[in-house]
Amino acid sequence: MSINRRKFDALVIGAGGGGLRAALHLAREGVHTAVVSKVFPTRSHTVAAQGGINAALANMVPDNWHWHMFDTVKGSDYLGDQDAIEYMCKVAPKIVYELEHFGVPFSRTEKGKIYQRPFGGQSQNFGGDQAARTCAAADRTGHAMLHSLYQQNIAANSHFFDEYFAIDLLRDDDGHVTGALVIEIETGEPLVIEAKATLLATGGCGQMYKTNTNAHVNTGDGMAMALRAGIPLQDMEFFQFHPTGIAGRGLLLTEGCRGEGGYLVNKDGERFMERYAPNAKDLASRDVVSRAIYTEVKEGRGCGEAGDHVHLKLSHLGADVIMKRLPGIRDTCMTFLHKDPITDLIPIYPTAHYVMGGIPTNRSGEVVTVGRRKGTEKVVPGLYAAGECACVSVHGANRLGGNSLLDIVVFGRAAAEHMIEYVRENPAHRDLPEKSLGEIESRLARWEETGEGPSVLDLRNELKIAMETYCGVYRDEETLATGIEKVAEIVERIKDVRLKDQSKVYNTSRIEALELENLADIAMATVTSAHARQESRGAHSRVDFPERDDANWMQHTLYLREGRKLAYKPVRTQPLTVESFPPKKRTY
Amino acid sequence: MRFRIYRYNPETDREPYMQEYDLPEIGADMVVREALIIIKGVDETLSFRHSCGEGVCGSDAMNINGRSALACLTKLADLAEPVEIRPVAGLPVIRDLVVDMTGFYRQYRAVKPYLINRDPEPEIEHLQSIEDREKLDGLYECIMCGCCSTMCPSFWWNPDKYLGPQALLQAWRFLADSRDQATDERLDDLEGPYKLYRCHTIMNCVEVCPKGLNPTKAIGHIKQLMLKKAI
Repeated sequence: MSINRRKFDALVIGAGGGGLRAALHLAREGVHTAVVSKVFPTRSHTVAAQGGINAALANMVPDNWHWHMFDTVKGSDYLGDQDAIEYMCKVAPKIVYELEHFGVPFSRTEKGKIYQRPFGGQSQNFGGDQAARTCAAADRTGHAMLHSLYQQNIAANSHFFDEYFAIDLLRDDDGHVTGALVIEIETGEPLVIEAKATLLATGGCGQMYKTNTNAHVNTGDGMAMALRAGIPLQDMEFFQFHPTGIAGRGLLLTEGCRGEGGYLVNKDGERFMERYAPNAKDLASRDVVSRAIYTEVKEGRGCGEAGDHVHLKLSHLGADVIMKRLPGIRDTCMTFLHKDPITDLIPIYPTAHYVMGGIPTNRSGEVVTVGRRKGTEKVVPGLYAAGECACVSVHGANRLGGNSLLDIVVFGRAAAEHMIEYVRENPAHRDLPEKSLGEIESRLARWEETGEGPSVLDLRNELKIAMETYCGVYRDEETLATGIEKVAEIVERIKDVRLKDQSKVYNTSRIEALELENLADIAMATVTSAHARQESRGAHSRVDFPERDDANWMQHTLYLREGRKLAYKPVRTQPLTVESFPPKKRTY
Repeated sequence: MRFRIYRYNPETDREPYMQEYDLPEIGADMVVREALIIIKGVDETLSFRHSCGEGVCGSDAMNINGRSALACLTKLADLAEPVEIRPVAGLPVIRDLVVDMTGFYRQYRAVKPYLINRDPEPEIEHLQSIEDREKLDGLYECIMCGCCSTMCPSFWWNPDKYLGPQALLQAWRFLADSRDQATDERLDDLEGPYKLYRCHTIMNCVEVCPKGLNPTKAIGHIKQLMLKKAI
C-alpha cells in the first residue's frame, strides 16, 4: 500500500488554544505549517473554558507578576519548576494584551479596561489580600479566545487539516521526530505528514474518569503518541478534581462562581470552607476545596436524600451579577438541572477536570526525555509540546484556576518561537523513517481483524470506572495496587476488541478504538505513578502518607511505557532572575 | 422510546433509509446525545459528531423531529415519538448524521470574521466602554453549529451565493465592534443581490438557535448600515 505524503516545515497536532496560538505565530512568520485536528478547530475543548486567564494587569486592585509567581509556586505545592513559572507570569500581561488585539471580546471595567475577577489561590503581596487576576469574557473566556485565535488564523492563511486523526509520531533511529502518520476521518485514508518540527498540542485526557468535565474528544492522544515513541510522561499522578462539577453529571461550573462571591454550603447551611481555609475560604486552591467537599460528604454533612453532594449558593449575588458575569452558568443550570441560580441552590461535587502532568518539556516547548545520567534530561530533536498535553511544569502538583488558558497561549507561542528558529537552522527534511512507519501501519492494520470480542464502549466504561474507583481524590497503597491490576487487565483485553464497523467512510468507531488505546496507556501511567509516590502533595492525596515529604519526594516522576518503568528528576527550584520560593507549609 | 434514524453509508448503501431503534429505559433528564451514545453501544456502525455535551462546541447539530437542534441540549421528554433524527438539511451527507460543512465554513470565511484594526498596536489593551462591549453580547457567543443556516430556506436555495444567517451574524459581530476599523470594506463586500439581501426574514434561524441568538436582527442592522452608507 502506498501512502500519500505531504511535506511541511512545521506540523501542529491539535487546534485548541495552544495549537492555534502556535500556528498563528508560525503562519505570520512565513513558516509553511500544517495544522491537524481531529475536530474542526472551534470544537476543541478550549472552547469550554469558562472563568478566565490570569495575568497581573492590575486593572482592579494592585497586582504584580511576582505575586502571581508566588501564588503559582505555592499552588503547585512546590512541585512546579520556578524558571518556567517566572517566565509564564512575567510574559502573561503581554500575552493577554495580544489576545485582546486579536479581537477577544473581554468584559470591561468602567474605565474600558479588561475586566478581572478574583479566583482561587490568588493573593496580593505574597499571601496577603485576595487578588483579582483572572481576565474574563463573561463566563465564556475559552470560547472567546478559541474563536478569536481561529479567526486570526483565517486571516493569516494557516493550512488546516480539519478532521484528521493523528495516529503516531514518525521517529528515526537517531531519535529525531520527522512528522506523523494521520488519517483523514472522512475517507479513512492514511497520510504521512513530514515536518522538520512537530508540535503536540492535543489537550488533556479527562475521559479516563467516569465523571469528568471534559469533552468526548479529550482522550490524551498526543500523550499516548509520545509514550509509544519512547518518550516518558511526567507527573501523571497529579490529576485535578474541580470542586464544582454538577453533582452526578460532571458539567463544569466555573470557579468564577466563587470568584464573583458565591460560596459552598453543607446540609446544615453552614459555609464550611471557613473551617478548612479560614482566610481564603471558598477561594482556597482547588485541591483544598475538593478535599473539603469530599470530607463534608464522608462525615455525613452532604446534601440531598443520599447526602452525596454539597450546594453552591449564588442567589445572594442578585440577578444582575449572575446575568452579566455568569450567563452561561445560568443557562447550564437551567437546561440540565431545571434550577435557576438566581433563586436556587446548585448541587455540586468534585469532578475529574485537568491533568497537571504530561509530556515533559523545557520552557521553550522542546520535549525532553530521560538523559543518560540519573536525574538528567535531553531534548528530543524536532518534537515540541504545549498546553494540557505538556508538562513544563508550571502547575506542579496542583494548577490554579485561570492558569490553564494562560499556559496554552504562553507556551504555544514559546514553542512556535523555538520552532521557527529550529526550522531555519535545519533547512532539509530528514529521510522518512520506514521502520517507524511500518510499526504504525501494523498498529492500524490490527483494527481490520474481524470476529467476536468485547466492545470499545464497554472497555472504555470499565476503564473509567476503574480509574474513578482506584485513582480518585483520596488514594492509598491498596486501592492503587488494585488499580494497577485492573488497568493492566483492561490493557490486555483491548487486544481482543474487534470492530464491527469496518467501513472507511467517517468511521467513528475506529477513531474511538484508537482513542481507547490512548486512554488505557495514559491511565496505566497515572495509576503507576500514583502508586509509587508515597506522600501527599497537591492533588495527590495519600491516606497512608498524609504529609508532604520534601526530603524524598520533591522530584518529578517520569513514566516510560516500555516495562512500565519509573524514573525521577529534580524540581527546578531556581527561577530566572528572582529568588527561589522555598517550600513552606501550605495554608489558605 | 422509539427512534427512527437516518442511515446512509456511501460504501454499502445505494440510498439512504430510516432505521428504527427502541430504547426501553429512558432517564428523566436524558438528552438526545445520550440516547445516541447508547444506540451506538448496540450498533457501532452509527456515525454522528459530538463532543462537549454542554452546547458550547457546536458539533452535534442534527435535524430532530423536523428542526435543527443540538443533540446535547435536546431533552427526550420534550419530543414526540417516534423521535426522527436526520442530518441537518441543506448540506451534503457524508454518512448517517454527519454532513459536509465545507460550504457553511466557506461562507463564514467570506465575511472576514476577524478583527481588523490598522492602528499601531498599543502597549496595553484597546480601551472599550462597557456599553460598546455590550453591543457584542448576543453575537460573539455563536458556536458555529449551523442550526440556523441549515433551517434557512434562502440558504437551501442558494448555499453558494447567500451567506446565510451564521456568517451574517458574524459579519455584524465585527461591524458592531468599536475596535474594528474595516466598516466600509465589510459593507462593500456584502453588496449585491444575494450575499445579504436573500434574507427574507423568515426567522427560522432565531427560532432554532440553541444559544438564543438573533441573526435576523443582526441582518437588519447590517441593512440599516448599508442604507445609511448609501445616503
